[in-house]
Amino acid sequence: MAALNNNKPTTSRLFMIAGLGLLAAGLLFGLTGAWQYLVPGSLKEYLSFERIRPLHVSSVVFWIIFGATGAVLTYLQQYTGKKLYCPLLVKIQLSIFAGSVITILISYTAGIFGGREYWEFHPALAIPIAAGWILFIINFIRSISSFRKQPVYVWMWITGLFFFLFTFIESYLWIFPYFRNSVVNDMTIQWKSYGSMVGAWNMLIYGSSFFLMEKISGNNKYSHAPIAFILYFTGLFNLMFNWGHHIYTLPTYPFIKHISYAVSMTELFIIGRIIWQWRSTVSTARKHFHHTAYRFIVAADIWIFLTLALAIAMSIPAVNVYTHGTHITVAHTMGATIGINSFLLLAIAFDILHDTCTPLSEKNIKWLKRGYATVNISLLIFWISLIAAGVLKARWQMQETPLPFSSMMLMLKPYFIVFFISGSAMATGFFLILYPLLKNQAACYFKYLVNKPGTGQDRLPVQLIVE
Amino acid sequence: MFFMKTDRHRFVVISLLLTAFIGYSLFLYAALPVQVAAANKEADSGKMVWQQYNCNACHQVYGLGGYLGPDLTNVYSVRGSAYIQAFLKNGTTIMPNFQLTGREITDLTAFLESIDASGKSDPKTFTLNYDGSIEQ
Repeated sequence: MAALNNNKPTTSRLFMIAGLGLLAAGLLFGLTGAWQYLVPGSLKEYLSFERIRPLHVSSVVFWIIFGATGAVLTYLQQYTGKKLYCPLLVKIQLSIFAGSVITILISYTAGIFGGREYWEFHPALAIPIAAGWILFIINFIRSISSFRKQPVYVWMWITGLFFFLFTFIESYLWIFPYFRNSVVNDMTIQWKSYGSMVGAWNMLIYGSSFFLMEKISGNNKYSHAPIAFILYFTGLFNLMFNWGHHIYTLPTYPFIKHISYAVSMTELFIIGRIIWQWRSTVSTARKHFHHTAYRFIVAADIWIFLTLALAIAMSIPAVNVYTHGTHITVAHTMGATIGINSFLLLAIAFDILHDTCTPLSEKNIKWLKRGYATVNISLLIFWISLIAAGVLKARWQMQETPLPFSSMMLMLKPYFIVFFISGSAMATGFFLILYPLLKNQAACYFKYLVNKPGTGQDRLPVQLIVE
Repeated sequence: MFFMKTDRHRFVVISLLLTAFIGYSLFLYAALPVQVAAANKEADSGKMVWQQYNCNACHQVYGLGGYLGPDLTNVYSVRGSAYIQAFLKNGTTIMPNFQLTGREITDLTAFLESIDASGKSDPKTFTLNYDGSIEQ
């Protein structure tokens, strides 16, 4: 597993850096949105909630997409020990993605929409995103010389790449009147695509995390082991058929719900395995905890357990009737996007970026550790406050003569206050983590520009840390 | 563990899964859950207005969407069209006045009427079975 370390600002790293910038933006938009829960109607004239919510959600979704792309492109080169098939394609992909995301965020700020929830931008902007993704697939497939005897993470990357494209296109079937002529048909296909799409980007992130763990441990036997493939196929099975749990209350085909209920129970195997391996996980964590990237993997492990337990409970239709449409669903989403996806991507970001330019100073590492602790503690409080608000809303939904909606929202206000305070603490923690990392990268680019290749100083006079 | 040890096993499993997934997807595309006899043009335009103003950011339909405003699945039968149109014309202390045209308000109301006709979203209307499944 040769590491291709150099100080040149590669396009793959730029994907990760752009992703970190989007995470920072997403946090700021998220805090603004949380404030609007506390003071409803505030900023109504300039940045009303229907603008701030997609700004927050899209920034975070694109952080995941950019981060996962940067991770796969970087680790693919480390895995093959070669450069990508066509570096120019990556540059074109980055330009397309960056241009699209900037246009999308500007259009949201201006109040220009046209799409559905989560992809609220005008459907025309989906075309460059799909085109950029096709370039990504071409580059990946041509960079892998053979599909035989590949480790499980390569299978996960390929799965994530193709399923993201498929589900992204599927999520735009609504543009044909045939698919949108009934709200039930429209929402069935919408959540079929969205449910699987989350599974697709999870494949990219989990595959990259798998690669990283092997890199840290120095043991590459597990990625070829039958158990790794059994877990991968369990994940793939869920990606394909588990999406129906989003629409249990929709009057669609009952078999969609039965299939989803049965398939989601296979996740018990994954959670059972986490519990079974708990002791060895803890001892491995102790061994590698000094490694910054590994710390985030440990945190993600805990969040995988909590989020999966909640997801399995919510996959039981009789439980889902109570939790659906409440803040318990938000708690699940936040646990998954922050506790799992963002932590795993941060682990990868530290692995990819820490060896460019100078290593982080002791002072920076101290702040980073404080940020790590702040994020984890505040995320737990944030998560619990959402579950508590969700329980109250679930009770309200089940009352024979419920209070008016506005009275119910007032009843939830104490939980929204906790949600806002813990959310602010969490954002602060994230900034403590992001600041040294991004500052280091900015300094690195400055040095690179000063000592540009061709000026006789192709290598920067700084210490390299080679894994 | 013999199973999953070779590429051959893995390719067989993935081929089976992909075949099932493609078959399932094609079946759903070809036989959508609701067969619509005639398209409702007003409701279809209303859906576009719904998306154009991103109503889903605050409101839910069948429990899916934002959390700042109420679920609107059955607002048409519960509150009536006059109530809906008053909100759409003026906004509220929380909801902005989007300055919708008369045409947009009519289309949006027709869209909400079509959603209402599709079913009930009230969780109290579901029967919970002992095996964890639900019925409405």
